[in-house]
Amino acid sequence: MTEKKSLGKKVKEFFTRYWMLHLMVLPGLLYFLVFKYVPMYGLIIAFKNYKGAVGGVSAIFASDWVGLRHFKTFLTSSQFPRLMGNTLILSGLRLLFVFPAPILLAVLLNEVKNRLFKKSVQTITYMPYFLSWVVVAGLLRILVGSEGPLNALIVKLGGESVYFMASAEHFRGLLIISEIWKTVGYGTIVYLAAIAGVDMEQYEAAQLDGANRFQQIIHVTLPAISEIIAIMLILQMGKIMTDNFEQIYTMYSEAVYSVADVFDTYIYRTGIIGSNFSYTTAVGLFKSVISLFLIFVTNKASKRLGSEGLF
Amino acid sequence: MKRSKGEQIFSVVNILIMILVCAIMLYPMLYVIGHSAMGDAERALHPLRMFPRKPDWTGYRYILSSPSIWSSYLVTIFRVLAGTALNILITSLLAYPLSRKKYPARKFLTVLITFTMWFSGGMIPNFLLIRSLGLTNTFWVYVIPHLVDPFNLIILRNFFMQIPDSLEESAKIDGANDFTILMRIVLPLSKASIATIGLFYAVFHWNTWWDSMLYISDKNMWTIQYLLQQLIANSNIYDFAASSSVTKPPAEAIRMACIVVATIPILCVYPFIQKYFVKGVLVGSVKG
Repeated sequence: MTEKKSLGKKVKEFFTRYWMLHLMVLPGLLYFLVFKYVPMYGLIIAFKNYKGAVGGVSAIFASDWVGLRHFKTFLTSSQFPRLMGNTLILSGLRLLFVFPAPILLAVLLNEVKNRLFKKSVQTITYMPYFLSWVVVAGLLRILVGSEGPLNALIVKLGGESVYFMASAEHFRGLLIISEIWKTVGYGTIVYLAAIAGVDMEQYEAAQLDGANRFQQIIHVTLPAISEIIAIMLILQMGKIMTDNFEQIYTMYSEAVYSVADVFDTYIYRTGIIGSNFSYTTAVGLFKSVISLFLIFVTNKASKRLGSEGLF
Repeated sequence: MKRSKGEQIFSVVNILIMILVCAIMLYPMLYVIGHSAMGDAERALHPLRMFPRKPDWTGYRYILSSPSIWSSYLVTIFRVLAGTALNILITSLLAYPLSRKKYPARKFLTVLITFTMWFSGGMIPNFLLIRSLGLTNTFWVYVIPHLVDPFNLIILRNFFMQIPDSLEESAKIDGANDFTILMRIVLPLSKASIATIGLFYAVFHWNTWWDSMLYISDKNMWTIQYLLQQLIANSNIYDFAASSSVTKPPAEAIRMACIVVATIPILCVYPFIQKYFVKGVLVGSVKG
Protein backbone atom coordinates (compact mmCIF):
# COMPACT_ATOMS: atom_id res chain seq x y z
CA MET A 1 0.00 0.00 0.00
CA THR A 2 1.52 3.32 -0.98
CA GLU A 3 0.44 6.17 1.14
CA LYS A 4 1.64 9.66 0.31
CA LYS A 5 3.29 11.12 3.36
CA SER A 6 2.56 14.72 4.18
CA LEU A 7 5.42 17.20 4.14
CA GLY A 8 5.25 17.65 7.88
CA LYS A 9 5.55 13.93 8.39
CA LYS A 10 8.51 13.77 6.05
CA VAL A 11 10.29 16.59 7.86
CA LYS A 12 9.57 14.93 11.18
CA GLU A 13 10.92 11.63 9.91
CA PHE A 14 14.01 13.37 8.49
CA PHE A 15 14.88 14.53 11.98
CA THR A 16 13.70 11.62 14.14
CA ARG A 17 14.82 8.68 12.09
CA TYR A 18 18.27 9.98 11.18
CA TRP A 19 19.05 12.08 14.24
CA MET A 20 22.19 10.14 15.05
CA LEU A 21 23.60 10.46 11.53
CA HIS A 22 22.82 14.19 11.65
CA LEU A 23 24.69 14.41 14.92
CA MET A 24 27.72 12.72 13.38
CA VAL A 25 27.68 15.13 10.46
CA LEU A 26 27.35 18.19 12.66
CA PRO A 27 31.01 18.95 13.59
CA GLY A 28 32.19 18.52 10.01
CA LEU A 29 29.30 20.52 8.62
CA LEU A 30 29.97 23.36 11.06
CA TYR A 31 33.60 23.31 9.99
CA PHE A 32 32.71 23.72 6.32
CA LEU A 33 30.16 26.43 7.02
CA VAL A 34 32.46 28.48 9.23
CA PHE A 35 35.82 27.99 7.53
CA LYS A 36 34.76 27.66 3.89
CA TYR A 37 31.44 29.43 3.44
CA VAL A 38 31.91 32.39 5.77
CA PRO A 39 35.06 33.44 3.82
CA MET A 40 33.01 33.16 0.61
CA TYR A 41 30.55 35.57 2.19
CA GLY A 42 33.55 37.72 3.13
CA LEU A 43 34.24 38.15 -0.57
CA ILE A 44 31.74 41.01 -0.59
CA ILE A 45 34.46 43.28 0.73
CA ALA A 46 35.78 43.17 -2.83
CA PHE A 47 32.87 45.52 -3.59
CA LYS A 48 33.33 47.59 -0.45
CA ASN A 49 35.95 49.75 1.11
CA TYR A 50 36.94 47.64 4.06
CA LYS A 51 38.89 49.54 6.67
CA GLY A 52 39.32 46.98 9.35
CA ALA A 53 42.84 47.48 10.57
CA VAL A 54 41.68 45.98 13.86
CA GLY A 55 38.17 44.78 13.10
CA GLY A 56 37.25 41.42 11.72
CA VAL A 57 34.11 40.13 10.05
CA SER A 58 31.92 42.70 11.82
CA ALA A 59 33.77 45.56 10.14
CA ILE A 60 32.47 44.23 6.80
CA PHE A 61 29.01 45.66 7.51
CA ALA A 62 30.32 49.06 8.52
CA SER A 63 32.28 49.67 5.34
CA ASP A 64 30.90 51.53 2.32
CA TRP A 65 29.99 50.06 -1.04
CA VAL A 66 32.24 51.02 -3.92
CA GLY A 67 30.89 48.74 -6.62
CA LEU A 68 33.45 47.54 -9.12
CA ARG A 69 36.03 50.20 -8.35
CA HIS A 70 38.70 47.76 -7.07
CA PHE A 71 38.29 45.55 -10.13
CA LYS A 72 38.69 48.54 -12.44
CA THR A 73 41.76 49.71 -10.56
CA PHE A 74 43.34 46.28 -10.85
CA LEU A 75 42.45 45.62 -14.47
CA THR A 76 43.83 48.97 -15.60
CA SER A 77 46.96 48.78 -13.46
CA SER A 78 50.36 47.66 -14.72
CA GLN A 79 50.16 44.74 -12.27
CA PHE A 80 47.40 43.01 -14.18
CA PRO A 81 49.27 42.17 -17.41
CA ARG A 82 52.31 41.15 -15.39
CA LEU A 83 50.48 38.77 -13.03
CA MET A 84 48.29 37.34 -15.78
CA GLY A 85 51.27 36.93 -18.10
CA ASN A 86 53.42 35.19 -15.49
CA THR A 87 50.55 32.90 -14.49
CA LEU A 88 49.81 31.90 -18.08
CA ILE A 89 53.47 31.45 -19.03
CA LEU A 90 54.19 29.31 -15.98
CA SER A 91 51.07 27.22 -16.62
CA GLY A 92 52.08 26.80 -20.24
CA LEU A 93 55.56 25.66 -19.28
CA ARG A 94 54.06 23.31 -16.72
CA LEU A 95 51.75 21.81 -19.35
CA LEU A 96 54.68 21.37 -21.71
CA PHE A 97 57.28 19.94 -19.35
CA VAL A 98 55.83 18.95 -15.96
CA PHE A 99 52.77 17.21 -17.37
CA PRO A 100 54.45 14.72 -19.77
CA ALA A 101 57.30 13.84 -17.37
CA PRO A 102 55.42 11.24 -15.28
CA ILE A 103 53.92 9.68 -18.42
CA LEU A 104 57.38 9.13 -19.86
CA LEU A 105 58.70 7.81 -16.57
CA ALA A 106 55.74 5.45 -16.14
CA VAL A 107 56.18 4.01 -19.63
CA LEU A 108 59.89 3.43 -19.07
CA LEU A 109 59.28 2.01 -15.58
CA ASN A 110 56.86 -0.46 -17.09
CA GLU A 111 59.64 -1.75 -19.32
CA VAL A 112 61.81 -2.64 -16.31
CA LYS A 113 61.36 -6.36 -15.89
CA ASN A 114 63.24 -6.86 -12.64
CA ARG A 115 60.60 -6.35 -9.94
CA LEU A 116 62.97 -5.48 -7.13
CA PHE A 117 64.75 -2.87 -9.26
CA LYS A 118 61.42 -1.42 -10.38
CA LYS A 119 60.23 -1.16 -6.79
CA SER A 120 63.44 0.55 -5.72
CA VAL A 121 63.12 3.12 -8.50
CA GLN A 122 59.53 3.78 -7.44
CA THR A 123 60.49 4.16 -3.78
CA ILE A 124 63.24 6.63 -4.64
CA THR A 125 61.25 8.71 -7.12
CA TYR A 126 58.13 9.02 -4.93
CA MET A 127 60.15 10.34 -2.01
CA PRO A 128 60.63 14.02 -2.95
CA TYR A 129 56.85 14.45 -3.06
CA PHE A 130 56.80 14.21 0.73
CA LEU A 131 59.31 16.98 1.28
CA SER A 132 57.90 20.41 1.97
CA TRP A 133 58.38 23.25 -0.50
CA VAL A 134 60.50 24.98 2.12
CA VAL A 135 62.91 22.05 2.07
CA VAL A 136 62.88 21.78 -1.72
CA ALA A 137 63.55 25.51 -2.03
CA GLY A 138 66.35 25.14 0.53
CA LEU A 139 67.94 22.30 -1.42
CA LEU A 140 67.67 24.29 -4.64
CA ARG A 141 69.22 27.44 -3.16
CA ILE A 142 72.15 25.40 -1.89
CA LEU A 143 72.69 23.45 -5.11
CA VAL A 144 72.59 26.46 -7.44
CA GLY A 145 73.95 28.99 -4.93
CA SER A 146 77.25 30.80 -5.22
CA GLU A 147 79.04 28.20 -3.07
CA GLY A 148 77.08 25.27 -4.47
CA PRO A 149 78.19 22.41 -6.69
CA LEU A 150 76.64 23.75 -9.91
CA ASN A 151 78.60 27.00 -9.81
CA ALA A 152 81.70 25.12 -8.72
CA LEU A 153 81.34 22.98 -11.81
CA ILE A 154 80.78 26.00 -14.05
CA VAL A 155 83.88 27.69 -12.67
CA LYS A 156 85.89 24.50 -13.01
CA LEU A 157 84.92 24.30 -16.68
CA GLY A 158 86.15 27.84 -17.16
CA GLY A 159 82.82 29.63 -16.98
CA GLU A 160 81.68 32.40 -14.73
CA SER A 161 79.63 31.90 -11.59
CA VAL A 162 75.91 32.69 -12.04
CA TYR A 163 73.57 33.79 -9.28
CA PHE A 164 70.68 31.63 -10.53
CA MET A 165 68.09 32.36 -7.84
CA ALA A 166 68.10 36.07 -8.65
CA SER A 167 68.38 35.68 -12.40
CA ALA A 168 65.19 36.56 -14.26
CA GLU A 169 66.53 34.61 -17.19
CA HIS A 170 66.86 31.32 -15.30
CA PHE A 171 64.22 31.55 -12.60
CA ARG A 172 61.28 30.03 -14.49
CA GLY A 173 63.48 27.13 -15.51
CA LEU A 174 64.31 26.53 -11.85
CA LEU A 175 60.61 26.54 -10.94
CA ILE A 176 59.84 23.96 -13.61
CA ILE A 177 62.83 21.73 -12.87
CA SER A 178 62.16 21.73 -9.13
CA GLU A 179 58.50 20.92 -9.70
CA ILE A 180 59.39 18.01 -11.95
CA TRP A 181 61.89 16.80 -9.37
CA LYS A 182 59.30 16.91 -6.59
CA THR A 183 56.27 15.48 -8.40
CA VAL A 184 57.37 13.26 -11.29
CA GLY A 185 57.53 10.01 -9.32
CA TYR A 186 54.27 10.57 -7.51
CA GLY A 187 52.61 11.46 -10.80
CA THR A 188 53.43 8.04 -12.26
CA ILE A 189 51.08 6.26 -9.82
CA VAL A 190 47.95 6.95 -11.85
CA TYR A 191 49.56 5.96 -15.15
CA LEU A 192 51.19 2.82 -13.78
CA ALA A 193 47.80 1.70 -12.49
CA ALA A 194 46.33 2.18 -15.96
CA ILE A 195 49.21 0.27 -17.56
CA ALA A 196 48.79 -2.55 -15.04
CA GLY A 197 45.27 -3.01 -16.35
CA VAL A 198 46.52 -3.91 -19.85
CA ASP A 199 45.94 -7.51 -20.79
CA MET A 200 49.29 -9.34 -21.07
CA GLU A 201 47.90 -11.17 -24.09
CA GLN A 202 48.04 -7.93 -26.04
CA TYR A 203 51.79 -7.77 -25.56
CA GLU A 204 52.15 -11.42 -26.50
CA ALA A 205 50.09 -10.91 -29.65
CA ALA A 206 52.21 -7.91 -30.58
CA GLN A 207 55.38 -9.97 -30.06
CA LEU A 208 54.03 -12.71 -32.31
CA ASP A 209 53.42 -10.05 -34.95
CA GLY A 210 57.08 -9.17 -34.68
CA ALA A 211 56.75 -5.92 -32.74
CA ASN A 212 59.87 -4.89 -30.87
CA ARG A 213 59.81 -3.25 -27.45
CA PHE A 214 59.58 0.26 -28.83
CA GLN A 215 56.72 -0.70 -31.16
CA GLN A 216 54.98 -2.38 -28.23
CA ILE A 217 55.14 0.89 -26.30
CA ILE A 218 53.67 2.79 -29.25
CA HIS A 219 50.97 0.31 -30.18
CA VAL A 220 49.99 -1.30 -26.87
CA THR A 221 51.05 0.73 -23.82
CA LEU A 222 50.29 4.24 -25.03
CA PRO A 223 46.84 3.48 -26.48
CA ALA A 224 45.98 1.73 -23.22
CA ILE A 225 46.69 4.85 -21.19
CA SER A 226 45.59 7.43 -23.75
CA GLU A 227 42.25 7.88 -22.06
CA ILE A 228 43.70 8.60 -18.64
CA ILE A 229 46.26 10.92 -20.27
CA ALA A 230 43.44 12.85 -21.93
CA ILE A 231 41.55 13.11 -18.65
CA MET A 232 44.62 14.27 -16.73
CA LEU A 233 45.43 16.77 -19.48
CA ILE A 234 41.95 18.26 -19.39
CA LEU A 235 42.00 18.50 -15.61
CA GLN A 236 45.42 20.15 -15.82
CA MET A 237 43.98 22.74 -18.22
CA GLY A 238 41.39 23.51 -15.58
CA LYS A 239 44.23 24.54 -13.29
CA ILE A 240 45.70 27.15 -15.62
CA MET A 241 44.88 29.95 -13.20
CA THR A 242 46.10 28.07 -10.15
CA ASP A 243 49.45 29.36 -9.11
CA ASN A 244 51.77 27.43 -6.93
CA PHE A 245 52.03 29.94 -4.08
CA GLU A 246 54.06 27.71 -1.77
CA GLN A 247 56.68 26.97 -4.39
CA ILE A 248 57.03 30.49 -5.73
CA TYR A 249 56.97 32.18 -2.34
CA THR A 250 59.73 29.96 -0.94
CA MET A 251 61.94 30.48 -3.99
CA TYR A 252 61.45 33.96 -5.34
CA SER A 253 62.92 37.33 -4.43
CA GLU A 254 62.45 40.90 -5.58
CA ALA A 255 64.98 40.39 -8.36
CA VAL A 256 62.66 37.95 -10.14
CA TYR A 257 59.24 39.54 -9.50
CA SER A 258 59.11 40.45 -13.17
CA VAL A 259 59.04 36.78 -14.23
CA ALA A 260 57.60 34.99 -11.19
CA ASP A 261 55.13 37.26 -9.43
CA VAL A 262 51.67 35.66 -9.65
CA PHE A 263 48.24 36.45 -8.21
CA ASP A 264 48.67 34.85 -4.79
CA THR A 265 52.15 36.20 -4.11
CA TYR A 266 50.93 39.68 -5.07
CA ILE A 267 47.84 39.30 -2.88
CA TYR A 268 50.01 38.25 0.03
CA ARG A 269 52.39 41.20 -0.27
CA THR A 270 49.78 43.84 -0.99
CA GLY A 271 46.93 42.44 1.08
CA ILE A 272 48.41 40.86 4.18
CA ILE A 273 51.67 42.82 4.47
CA GLY A 274 50.23 46.04 3.06
CA SER A 275 46.80 45.68 4.78
CA ASN A 276 45.09 46.54 1.50
CA PHE A 277 42.27 44.08 2.13
CA SER A 278 39.43 45.13 -0.17
CA TYR A 279 41.56 45.67 -3.25
CA THR A 280 43.38 42.33 -2.94
CA THR A 281 40.13 40.49 -2.24
CA ALA A 282 38.94 41.82 -5.59
CA VAL A 283 42.15 40.55 -7.21
CA GLY A 284 41.62 37.13 -5.62
CA LEU A 285 37.96 37.00 -6.60
CA PHE A 286 38.80 37.85 -10.20
CA LYS A 287 41.20 34.90 -10.27
CA SER A 288 38.85 32.50 -8.44
CA VAL A 289 35.94 33.15 -10.77
CA ILE A 290 38.00 32.40 -13.88
CA SER A 291 39.36 29.28 -12.15
CA LEU A 292 35.90 28.07 -11.25
CA PHE A 293 34.73 28.54 -14.81
CA LEU A 294 37.73 26.62 -16.20
CA ILE A 295 37.34 23.77 -13.73
CA PHE A 296 33.65 23.53 -14.50
CA VAL A 297 34.21 23.36 -18.26
CA THR A 298 37.12 20.92 -18.08
CA ASN A 299 35.33 18.67 -15.60
CA LYS A 300 32.39 18.46 -17.98
CA ALA A 301 34.75 17.63 -20.82
CA SER A 302 36.50 14.88 -18.88
CA LYS A 303 33.16 13.34 -17.98
CA ARG A 304 32.31 13.22 -21.65
CA LEU A 305 35.51 11.22 -22.11
CA GLY A 306 34.11 8.51 -19.91
CA SER A 307 35.74 9.36 -16.62
CA GLU A 308 33.43 9.76 -13.68
CA GLY A 309 34.87 13.22 -13.33
CA LEU A 310 37.17 14.06 -10.53
CA PHE A 311 34.33 14.28 -8.05
CA MET B 1 62.15 -16.87 -26.24
CA LYS B 2 65.54 -15.59 -27.32
CA ARG B 3 65.86 -11.87 -27.06
CA SER B 4 67.19 -10.00 -30.03
CA LYS B 5 70.16 -7.69 -29.85
CA GLY B 6 67.91 -4.63 -30.16
CA GLU B 7 65.88 -5.79 -27.18
CA GLN B 8 68.98 -6.19 -25.07
CA ILE B 9 70.24 -2.71 -25.96
CA PHE B 10 66.82 -1.32 -25.12
CA SER B 11 66.86 -2.99 -21.71
CA VAL B 12 70.34 -1.79 -20.87
CA VAL B 13 69.65 1.79 -21.96
CA ASN B 14 66.38 1.79 -20.05
CA ILE B 15 68.06 0.60 -16.87
CA LEU B 16 70.74 3.26 -17.28
CA ILE B 17 68.06 5.93 -17.64
CA MET B 18 66.36 4.67 -14.48
CA ILE B 19 69.65 4.77 -12.58
CA LEU B 20 70.22 8.31 -13.80
CA VAL B 21 66.72 9.35 -12.68
CA CYS B 22 67.35 7.87 -9.24
CA ALA B 23 70.70 9.64 -9.02
CA ILE B 24 69.02 12.97 -9.82
CA MET B 25 66.40 12.28 -7.13
CA LEU B 26 68.95 11.32 -4.49
CA TYR B 27 71.77 13.76 -5.24
CA PRO B 28 70.26 16.93 -3.68
CA MET B 29 69.34 15.08 -0.49
CA LEU B 30 72.67 13.27 -0.16
CA TYR B 31 74.62 16.43 -0.97
CA VAL B 32 72.91 18.40 1.79
CA ILE B 33 73.22 15.53 4.28
CA GLY B 34 76.92 15.24 3.49
CA HIS B 35 77.61 18.95 3.57
CA SER B 36 75.65 19.49 6.77
CA ALA B 37 78.52 17.68 8.48
CA MET B 38 81.33 19.31 6.50
CA GLY B 39 83.63 21.96 7.85
CA ASP B 40 83.82 25.33 6.15
CA ALA B 41 87.42 24.91 5.04
CA GLU B 42 86.75 21.57 3.39
CA ARG B 43 83.67 22.89 1.61
CA ALA B 44 85.57 25.89 0.24
CA LEU B 45 88.34 23.65 -1.08
CA HIS B 46 86.17 20.82 -2.42
CA PRO B 47 82.71 22.13 -3.28
CA LEU B 48 81.98 19.10 -5.45
CA ARG B 49 82.79 16.53 -2.80
CA MET B 50 79.69 14.73 -1.47
CA PHE B 51 80.72 13.49 1.96
CA PRO B 52 83.22 14.98 4.38
CA ARG B 53 86.55 13.27 5.02
CA LYS B 54 86.55 14.66 8.52
CA PRO B 55 83.01 15.26 9.82
CA ASP B 56 82.39 18.58 11.49
CA TRP B 57 79.27 18.65 13.65
CA THR B 58 79.25 22.32 14.67
CA GLY B 59 76.15 23.05 12.58
CA TYR B 60 74.20 20.36 14.41
CA ARG B 61 75.65 21.34 17.77
CA TYR B 62 74.46 24.88 17.19
CA ILE B 63 70.99 23.83 16.04
CA LEU B 64 70.46 21.38 18.87
CA SER B 65 71.37 23.93 21.52
CA SER B 66 69.00 26.54 20.09
CA PRO B 67 65.85 26.91 22.23
CA SER B 68 63.74 28.20 19.30
CA ILE B 69 64.52 25.11 17.23
CA TRP B 70 63.49 22.85 20.09
CA SER B 71 60.27 24.69 20.77
CA SER B 72 59.40 24.72 17.06
CA TYR B 73 60.08 21.03 16.92
CA LEU B 74 57.81 20.34 19.89
CA VAL B 75 55.06 22.60 18.51
CA THR B 76 55.23 20.73 15.20
CA ILE B 77 55.13 17.28 16.83
CA PHE B 78 52.19 18.34 18.96
CA ARG B 79 50.50 19.78 15.88
CA VAL B 80 50.93 16.53 13.97
CA LEU B 81 49.57 14.42 16.84
CA ALA B 82 46.64 16.60 17.89
CA GLY B 83 45.86 17.73 14.35
CA THR B 84 45.88 14.27 12.80
CA ALA B 85 43.84 12.74 15.65
CA LEU B 86 41.12 15.38 15.29
CA ASN B 87 41.26 15.12 11.48
CA ILE B 88 40.63 11.39 11.61
CA LEU B 89 37.84 11.71 14.16
CA ILE B 90 35.88 14.45 12.39
CA THR B 91 36.53 13.06 8.91
CA SER B 92 35.27 9.56 9.84
CA LEU B 93 32.20 10.98 11.57
CA LEU B 94 31.38 12.91 8.40
CA ALA B 95 32.38 10.21 5.91
CA TYR B 96 30.16 7.53 7.43
CA PRO B 97 26.76 9.21 6.91
CA LEU B 98 27.89 10.33 3.44
CA SER B 99 28.61 6.69 2.56
CA ARG B 100 25.09 5.49 3.57
CA LYS B 101 22.78 5.42 0.59
CA LYS B 102 19.73 5.77 2.81
CA TYR B 103 20.88 9.00 4.44
CA PRO B 104 18.62 11.67 2.92
CA ALA B 105 21.01 14.64 3.30
CA ARG B 106 23.80 12.77 1.54
CA LYS B 107 23.56 14.37 -1.92
CA PHE B 108 23.14 17.89 -0.62
CA LEU B 109 26.10 17.62 1.77
CA THR B 110 28.34 16.07 -0.89
CA VAL B 111 27.68 18.97 -3.25
CA LEU B 112 28.13 21.50 -0.44
CA ILE B 113 31.51 19.99 0.45
CA THR B 114 32.92 19.32 -3.01
CA PHE B 115 32.09 22.86 -4.11
CA THR B 116 34.69 24.10 -1.62
CA MET B 117 37.36 22.27 -3.62
CA TRP B 118 36.63 24.44 -6.63
CA PHE B 119 35.91 27.78 -5.10
CA SER B 120 37.08 29.46 -1.93
CA GLY B 121 37.06 32.84 -0.31
CA GLY B 122 40.79 33.06 -0.84
CA MET B 123 43.63 34.33 1.27
CA ILE B 124 42.26 37.64 2.50
CA PRO B 125 38.74 36.63 3.64
CA ASN B 126 40.27 33.59 5.37
CA PHE B 127 42.79 35.78 7.09
CA LEU B 128 40.09 38.19 8.29
CA LEU B 129 37.91 35.32 9.52
CA ILE B 130 40.70 33.72 11.52
CA ARG B 131 41.62 37.07 12.96
CA SER B 132 38.08 37.83 14.07
CA LEU B 133 37.68 34.35 15.56
CA GLY B 134 40.63 35.17 17.80
CA LEU B 135 42.67 32.25 16.55
CA THR B 136 45.76 34.30 15.71
CA ASN B 137 48.71 33.58 17.99
CA THR B 138 47.07 30.48 19.44
CA PHE B 139 48.10 26.89 18.87
CA TRP B 140 44.60 26.06 17.60
CA VAL B 141 45.11 28.02 14.40
CA TYR B 142 47.21 25.04 13.28
CA VAL B 143 44.42 22.54 13.87
CA ILE B 144 40.91 23.96 13.61
CA PRO B 145 41.08 25.66 10.18
CA HIS B 146 42.24 22.32 8.67
CA LEU B 147 39.81 19.91 10.37
CA VAL B 148 38.49 18.18 7.24
CA ASP B 149 40.15 17.97 3.85
CA PRO B 150 37.55 17.25 1.14
CA PHE B 151 39.97 15.05 -0.81
CA ASN B 152 40.65 12.83 2.21
CA LEU B 153 36.95 12.81 3.04
CA ILE B 154 36.15 11.42 -0.41
CA ILE B 155 38.86 8.76 -0.11
CA LEU B 156 37.41 7.60 3.21
CA ARG B 157 33.80 7.77 2.03
CA ASN B 158 34.69 5.58 -0.96
CA PHE B 159 36.30 3.00 1.32
CA PHE B 160 33.25 3.01 3.58
CA MET B 161 30.96 2.52 0.57
CA GLN B 162 32.70 -0.75 -0.24
CA ILE B 163 31.62 -2.26 3.08
CA PRO B 164 28.54 -4.40 2.36
CA ASP B 165 25.21 -3.13 3.70
CA SER B 166 24.38 -6.60 5.04
CA LEU B 167 26.93 -6.20 7.84
CA GLU B 168 25.26 -3.00 8.91
CA GLU B 169 21.76 -4.44 8.68
CA SER B 170 22.54 -7.45 10.83
CA ALA B 171 24.08 -5.16 13.43
CA LYS B 172 20.93 -3.04 13.36
CA ILE B 173 18.83 -6.12 14.06
CA ASP B 174 21.04 -6.79 17.05
CA GLY B 175 20.11 -3.33 18.29
CA ALA B 176 23.25 -1.41 17.38
CA ASN B 177 22.87 2.28 16.53
CA ASP B 178 24.76 4.13 13.78
CA PHE B 179 27.50 5.36 16.07
CA THR B 180 28.29 1.90 17.44
CA ILE B 181 28.21 0.50 13.90
CA LEU B 182 30.83 3.05 12.86
CA MET B 183 32.99 2.38 15.90
CA ARG B 184 32.63 -1.41 16.16
CA ILE B 185 32.21 -2.52 12.54
CA VAL B 186 33.13 0.10 9.95
CA LEU B 187 36.30 1.56 11.49
CA PRO B 188 37.89 -1.80 12.40
CA LEU B 189 37.31 -2.91 8.79
CA SER B 190 38.87 0.29 7.45
CA LYS B 191 42.23 0.32 9.23
CA ALA B 192 44.13 0.59 5.95
CA SER B 193 42.08 3.53 4.74
CA ILE B 194 42.32 5.29 8.08
CA ALA B 195 46.09 4.81 7.87
CA THR B 196 46.05 6.28 4.37
CA ILE B 197 44.23 9.47 5.20
CA GLY B 198 45.98 9.75 8.57
CA LEU B 199 49.22 9.75 6.69
CA PHE B 200 48.17 12.44 4.24
CA TYR B 201 47.01 14.57 7.16
CA ALA B 202 50.19 13.97 9.16
CA VAL B 203 52.46 14.86 6.24
CA PHE B 204 50.38 17.99 5.64
CA HIS B 205 50.73 19.09 9.25
CA TRP B 206 54.46 18.40 9.31
CA ASN B 207 55.14 20.22 6.05
CA THR B 208 52.88 23.26 6.37
CA TRP B 209 54.60 26.55 7.09
CA TRP B 210 52.42 29.37 5.74
CA ASP B 211 49.97 29.41 8.63
CA SER B 212 52.84 30.28 10.97
CA MET B 213 53.70 33.09 8.57
CA LEU B 214 50.14 34.41 8.42
CA TYR B 215 48.94 33.97 11.97
CA ILE B 216 51.77 33.51 14.49
CA SER B 217 54.09 36.32 15.51
CA ASP B 218 55.83 34.56 18.42
CA LYS B 219 58.70 32.65 16.85
CA ASN B 220 58.69 30.05 19.62
CA MET B 221 55.32 28.94 18.28
CA TRP B 222 56.35 28.67 14.66
CA THR B 223 56.34 25.23 13.09
CA ILE B 224 59.74 23.83 12.20
CA GLN B 225 59.16 24.35 8.48
CA TYR B 226 58.51 28.06 8.89
CA LEU B 227 61.51 28.49 11.14
CA LEU B 228 63.52 26.77 8.42
CA GLN B 229 61.98 29.06 5.82
CA GLN B 230 63.19 32.05 7.83
CA LEU B 231 66.66 30.55 8.21
CA ILE B 232 66.86 29.97 4.47
CA ALA B 233 65.43 33.28 3.30
CA ASN B 234 67.20 35.62 5.73
CA SER B 235 70.83 36.49 6.14
CA ASN B 236 70.66 37.38 9.83
CA ILE B 237 69.89 33.81 10.80
CA TYR B 238 71.41 34.04 14.28
CA ASP B 239 68.40 36.12 15.37
CA PHE B 240 66.04 33.34 14.41
CA ALA B 241 67.93 30.52 16.02
CA ALA B 242 69.82 32.04 18.91
CA SER B 243 71.84 29.34 20.56
CA SER B 244 73.88 28.83 23.69
CA SER B 245 76.51 27.09 21.57
CA VAL B 246 79.91 28.72 22.01
CA THR B 247 80.95 28.55 18.36
CA LYS B 248 79.01 30.38 15.69
CA PRO B 249 79.25 28.16 12.64
CA PRO B 250 78.71 29.67 9.19
CA ALA B 251 75.11 30.26 8.15
CA GLU B 252 75.22 27.62 5.44
CA ALA B 253 76.14 24.86 7.92
CA ILE B 254 73.25 25.83 10.19
CA ARG B 255 70.83 25.90 7.26
CA MET B 256 71.83 22.47 6.05
CA ALA B 257 71.70 20.96 9.52
CA CYS B 258 68.23 22.43 9.96
CA ILE B 259 67.04 21.06 6.61
CA VAL B 260 68.17 17.60 7.69
CA VAL B 261 66.59 17.88 11.14
CA ALA B 262 63.29 19.11 9.66
CA THR B 263 63.18 16.32 7.08
CA ILE B 264 64.38 13.26 9.00
CA PRO B 265 60.99 12.37 10.53
CA ILE B 266 59.44 12.26 7.04
CA LEU B 267 62.25 10.10 5.69
CA CYS B 268 61.95 7.75 8.69
CA VAL B 269 58.25 7.05 8.28
CA TYR B 270 58.35 7.13 4.49
CA PRO B 271 59.20 3.42 3.91
CA PHE B 272 56.24 2.36 6.04
CA ILE B 273 53.73 4.62 4.35
CA GLN B 274 54.50 3.82 0.75
CA LYS B 275 52.01 0.98 0.37
CA TYR B 276 49.23 3.12 1.80
CA PHE B 277 49.54 6.28 -0.24
CA VAL B 278 49.60 4.48 -3.58
CA LYS B 279 46.21 3.03 -2.72
CA GLY B 280 44.94 6.39 -1.50
CA VAL B 281 45.98 8.22 -4.65
CA LEU B 282 44.17 5.75 -6.84
CA VAL B 283 40.95 5.69 -4.86
CA GLY B 284 40.98 9.47 -4.64
CA SER B 285 41.76 10.28 -8.24
CA VAL B 286 40.23 7.60 -10.39
CA LYS B 287 36.96 7.07 -8.66
CA GLY B 288 35.17 10.07 -7.20
